Amino acid sequence: MSDARLPVKRTAKLFIGGVFPRSESGLTYEVVAHDGRPLAHAAQASRKDLREAVVAARGAQPKWASMTAYNRGQILYRVAELMEGRRAQFEAELSDAGASDPARGVNAAIDRWVWYAGWADKIAQVSGATNPVADPYFNFTLPEPTGVVGIVAPGEQPLLGLVSRVAPAIVSGNTAVVVASERSPLPAVSLAEVMATSDVPGGVVNILTGVTAELVPWLAGHMDVNAIDVTGVPADLLTEAEELAAENVKRVHRGPDVDPFSDAAQSPYEITALTEFKTVWHPIGA
Amino acid sequence: MSEAIETPSATWEYAPAPESTDIVRLDDRYGLFIGGEFVEPISGRWFETIDPATEEPLAEVAEAGAEDVALAVEAAREASAPWQALPGSERAKYVYRIARQLQERAREFAVLESMNGGKPIRESRDVDLPLAAAHFFYYAGWADKLEYAFPARSPRPIGVAGQIIPWNFPMLMAAWKLAPALATGNTVVLKPAETTPLTALLLAHVIREAELPPGVVNIVTGAGATGAALVGADVDKIAFTGSTEVGKAIRRATAGSGKRLTLELGGKAANIVFEDAPLDQAVEGVVNGIFFNQGHVCCAGSRLLVQEPVFDVLLAKLKDRLQTLRVGDPLDKNTDIGAINSRAQLEKISELVDSGVAEGAEIYQPKCALPERGFWFRPTLFTGVSQSHRVAREEIFGPVLSILTFRTPEEAVEKANNTPYGLSAGIWSEKGSRILWMADRLRAGVVWANTFNRFDPTSPFGGYKESGFGREGGLHGLEPYLELDGGTR
Repeated sequence: MSDARLPVKRTAKLFIGGVFPRSESGLTYEVVAHDGRPLAHAAQASRKDLREAVVAARGAQPKWASMTAYNRGQILYRVAELMEGRRAQFEAELSDAGASDPARGVNAAIDRWVWYAGWADKIAQVSGATNPVADPYFNFTLPEPTGVVGIVAPGEQPLLGLVSRVAPAIVSGNTAVVVASERSPLPAVSLAEVMATSDVPGGVVNILTGVTAELVPWLAGHMDVNAIDVTGVPADLLTEAEELAAENVKRVHRGPDVDPFSDAAQSPYEITALTEFKTVWHPIGA
Repeated sequence: MSEAIETPSATWEYAPAPESTDIVRLDDRYGLFIGGEFVEPISGRWFETIDPATEEPLAEVAEAGAEDVALAVEAAREASAPWQALPGSERAKYVYRIARQLQERAREFAVLESMNGGKPIRESRDVDLPLAAAHFFYYAGWADKLEYAFPARSPRPIGVAGQIIPWNFPMLMAAWKLAPALATGNTVVLKPAETTPLTALLLAHVIREAELPPGVVNIVTGAGATGAALVGADVDKIAFTGSTEVGKAIRRATAGSGKRLTLELGGKAANIVFEDAPLDQAVEGVVNGIFFNQGHVCCAGSRLLVQEPVFDVLLAKLKDRLQTLRVGDPLDKNTDIGAINSRAQLEKISELVDSGVAEGAEIYQPKCALPERGFWFRPTLFTGVSQSHRVAREEIFGPVLSILTFRTPEEAVEKANNTPYGLSAGIWSEKGSRILWMADRLRAGVVWANTFNRFDPTSPFGGYKESGFGREGGLHGLEPYLELDGGTR
C-alpha cells in the first residue's frame, strides 16, 4: 500500500555562509507544535557558530553593498518569488506554530519582500540630500549600509516577524546574522532554504536557531557587529544587550511596536535605522 | 620629549596685534541658569575657570550637584508643554532672535571664547562665531516646516533633552545642540565643559534677552559628575559630544532606560594626498586639518597618508610651512596655534608624543619660542610611523600629525579604514572620478575633497563605527530630536 511509505524528514540546520552546518556544539533542542506535538530537533547554535556567522556576514558585506541597487532589488524580489512556490510548506509550519490564518501570514511575508525590494533603488533618493553650503563645494549626503547587523527576530510571528526585520536590513547592503524565533524556528529554517536557492549571495543572511537568552549577549557584545536589531530581545535581556552594545558603539534599533500585518509595520525608516549617512564635500572650480 | 630639530628658514618679525579684551565684562562668579534665572547652586560648590594662555583665573562658576541638575530638569519639564504648544512659526522667531543677537555680539563672544579656551582669535572670530550664528539661523527656519522633512510622518518633539558638550568648540557645540533641539520643540538642560563654561553662560544672557520662556533652556556647569547626574536624570534624550570612552559609559548608563541617545565621539581621520593633488593647496589643507584649533578637533586629519611619489616633496613643503606657524597669544590676530586647553590635555598630548618617540617614529618640531606661562605644544610631525604605533591609532587631540605612505588607491582605502573610528576623511586629488571612488569606500561620516575641517549648518556631520551615531546639521540633524509617528526610533 502506498500509504505505508515512510516520509523523509528534514534535518533542521543552521545557515551560515550559504551552507547548512549543524551546530559545532553538537547540540539540538526539541521543537514542538502549539499543541505539544514534537516537530523536529533544531540546531542549538553555540557562541562559536555565532562567531562563524559574523565572519561569513563580514566577508559577504562589501560585495553585497557594491552590487547595484537595481540588482539587490531584483534579488529581494526573487526571494518573494521562491517563497510563493513553497507556500504550502510555510503555511504548514505556521499552522504548527499556532497561526490562526497561516495563509494570511505567508501572504504578508511575501508581500513584505516585494515592498522592500522596491526600496533598493529609492531609499537614497528619499533619505539622501544635497546641501546648499556657503562655500564652493557640491555637498551631498547619502545613506550607506552600516555593515553587519545582528537581528533578534521576534518570538511571535516566526515568519512575518522575521521577514519584517531582515528585509529592511539587507536591502541597503547590510549583511545579517539572525537569531530565529526560539519557540518556532522552523519557518526560519525554511526561509534559509529559500535564501540558498535564490540569488542572495552566501553570507548575506545567516540564520541561527537556538536559545535566545544565550545568543543575545554573544551577539550584542560581538566587536565586529555594527548594529543590533533588538526587536525580539525579551524585556529582561534588553538592558544587558544595550550595555554590551556600548563596547563598540553598536547602533541599537527596535522595530515599531505595531500590528505586524499593518502598513505601519513597514517603512523606509526601518531601512535608514540601519544605515549611516555619509556627507561628501566635492570641490567646484573651473 | 625630544629636542626640536633646527631647519633653516626665514624668520619674519611680526609686531604684536592683540585683540582688545575691553569688550568682555566678566562677573566675579556665575550661578546656574535654571528657569530663566541665575541661581546659587544647592551644592554650595564653586570652581575657578582660567585662561589657559596665562593660567590666570577669569571667574568662579557654580558646580551643579545632582539636586541642581534635578531642579534644571524640572524647570525644563515644566516649560515643555507650553513650548511644544507654540506654533512652529513662533518658535522659529525665538531661534532667529538668538541667531541675530549672536551676530550682533559676535566679537564679544569671540574674544571670551579665546580667553577661556585658548583658541586663536582669528578662528573664534572667523569660524566659531559665524558658524554658531548660522546654525541658529538655519534651524530656526525648520521649526515650522518639520512635516516636510519626514515623508508620511508627523514629527513630534521628544520632550526634555540633556545635552553635554566638549571644550574644543564651546559656542559652536552649544549651537549645534541647542538650535535643532529648540526648533523641534524640545526643552533643554545643557552642560558645558568644565574648562570652558563662560561663553555658554554669556549665551544664557542672550537667551534671556531673546525672551525665551523661562525653563526652555537651562545651563548647568560642572565636571564629569554633573554630566553623569544629567545622564541619570529624568530626561527623554541625551546628546553627547566628547570622548569615545565617555560616550561608551553614557551608552551603558542609559541601557534599558528607553532614553534616546546620540553620540558624537572621537576620531583618527586620514587625510589622503594623491600624487596628482594640487600640492601647495594640499599643504594648506593638511596644516588646517591637524593644526586648526591646536588639533583639539574630533574630526582632525591626524593621519596623513601620502602617495609615495610625492612624499619627499610634500614633507619638505610641510616642514617649511610649519616654520611659519605662529604659536602663542590666542588673542593676537597673527596667531595660528593658540594655547592647549588645559594642563590635563597638555599632559595627555605629551604622553602620546613620548610614546611615538619611544616606539621609534621620527619626530619633527619647528623651533619656536613658547610663552613661559600657560599650556603650549609645538606643532609636531611624525614620520616613519607604522599603523601599529600608538600615534597612528589613538586620538591625540593635539597638534600632532602622523605621516604614513601608500602606493595604490586600494592601499589608501585600507589604511584609512584601519581604525575603530570613522568620523571624517580627506582626499586630495585633481581627478573628480578618483575623489568619488575614494569617497564611496571610506568608512567615515564626512569626506572632504580638496579641503578639510569645513563645516556648514546645512551639512550633516557625525560618525561611523566608534565615532558615534546620529547626525548634527542639515535635515538629518532634525531626526535625533523628534519622535516620528509609527514608532521608529
